[in-house]
Amino acid sequence: MKDPIMKDPVDLEIGRRTRRSLLTGGIAAAAGAGVWAWIANSPAEQNIPGALRRGLQFNEKLSRGIFNGNRRAPEFPLDQAVKKVRVNEDIGMSDDVDRATWKVRVSGAAGHAEAVDVPLAEIKNLPHVEHVTELKCVEGWSQVVHWGGARFADLAKLYPPPAGTQYVAMETPDGEYYVGLDLESALQPQTLLVYEMSGQAITEEHGAPLRLCIPTKYGIKNIKQVASIRYTNERPKDYWAERGYDWYAGL
Amino acid sequence: MKQIALKHLRATRWFHWINFPLLAVMIWTGLWIYWANDVYRIGWGDLTLLHFFPDSFYSLTHTDHKLAQGMAWHFVVMWAFIVNGIAYIAYTLVSGEWRKLVPGRHALRDAVYVALHDLHLRKEMPPQGKYNAAQQISYSAISVMGVGSFITGLAIWRYVQFAWLANLLGGYPAARMEHFILTVGYVLFFVVHVAQVTIAGWNNARSMVSGYEVVETPEVRS
Repeated sequence: MKDPIMKDPVDLEIGRRTRRSLLTGGIAAAAGAGVWAWIANSPAEQNIPGALRRGLQFNEKLSRGIFNGNRRAPEFPLDQAVKKVRVNEDIGMSDDVDRATWKVRVSGAAGHAEAVDVPLAEIKNLPHVEHVTELKCVEGWSQVVHWGGARFADLAKLYPPPAGTQYVAMETPDGEYYVGLDLESALQPQTLLVYEMSGQAITEEHGAPLRLCIPTKYGIKNIKQVASIRYTNERPKDYWAERGYDWYAGL
Repeated sequence: MKQIALKHLRATRWFHWINFPLLAVMIWTGLWIYWANDVYRIGWGDLTLLHFFPDSFYSLTHTDHKLAQGMAWHFVVMWAFIVNGIAYIAYTLVSGEWRKLVPGRHALRDAVYVALHDLHLRKEMPPQGKYNAAQQISYSAISVMGVGSFITGLAIWRYVQFAWLANLLGGYPAARMEHFILTVGYVLFFVVHVAQVTIAGWNNARSMVSGYEVVETPEVRS
């Protein structure tokens, strides 16, 4: 005989199980929320939570570990290159510079105790290289661009980085825009010191007389008006990394 | 006779409930990234039926001007999302659960019958196992979509290192669009899924929490 007041044992059992699961789930959800809060509230490092910065550095380590300098960014047929290349930024660029007598100050090269002012003509004398590759902005847009210039690697043959060098730093004339690069990405054969775009001499708005093209990185690393190049083992400061972006910014 | 019956294995429930917040974070931070170049729309020529998204959407949801944070969160939380997804797929394959999930030969026809039944246009449900044909198709699709997000994401994230993959997907802009379309798919799935679970009732929803449901079994008389 069933007591009418007594609850059905099946209902009791499922209720018990459900409550137990909800409790476990609640604890798990609280733990998840805790992890979220811990990340979001970790002391900021260069404008993002420190925990995320360390996450990006983990990604960088992984990427540098598997980075293969022989891997090329896909190249496109010339007719796929855009006619009008988008102008996105002019940070650090100045008009009152003498483009005719442009020199790039290279410092930290092996065998050169002092910094060397390399005239633009010397860079233009290096083997001329052209490629059509896709520039990718962190914002999400991309453009196929026809680039022309000299391999950074060829300049680095004349002014070699000391053995074991980790990084390269590049800056605009006034130092207002600056990028840091890992040496292996800088030496990748598609990394160019660019003086031609779309088959013409590069225009001022695109960084005349000399800019960087580095297809293994986002656009933010493709610095315009390159005035100084420095080898270093200390991670160079980077304009957009200081504003919360990934320092490595690799593709 | 009323009985308690096991419906969803413990592992399945954990994978499901861990995936939900992770996918939510991936979608939300993805929105922070997408805002910076929000070019997708549904329309022809000058006619735009639906723009992803109007500016008011970003200001209402506070998803604007967060590109740097969005990229940082997205590229960190992705690891948890990927690990949970791979673990789920591996578990489903090894445990044999996939047999209940992968649509059979008549799944498409049966799924139409299920839909007609749900719309009260057909009386009987087609015969089914643990999941009906419509569930099999949508739950399998959502797993495949997860793999799709992983693959398109990889091609976007490290385009040069995975150039062959990006080319397979139709190039970088195509991969980005595919990544976005899959995300729209998750949101649509979520809406239908929650509606269906609500209609199916508490006994069903509860089984994704406790693992058990109450079933009515015919009494055996001797």
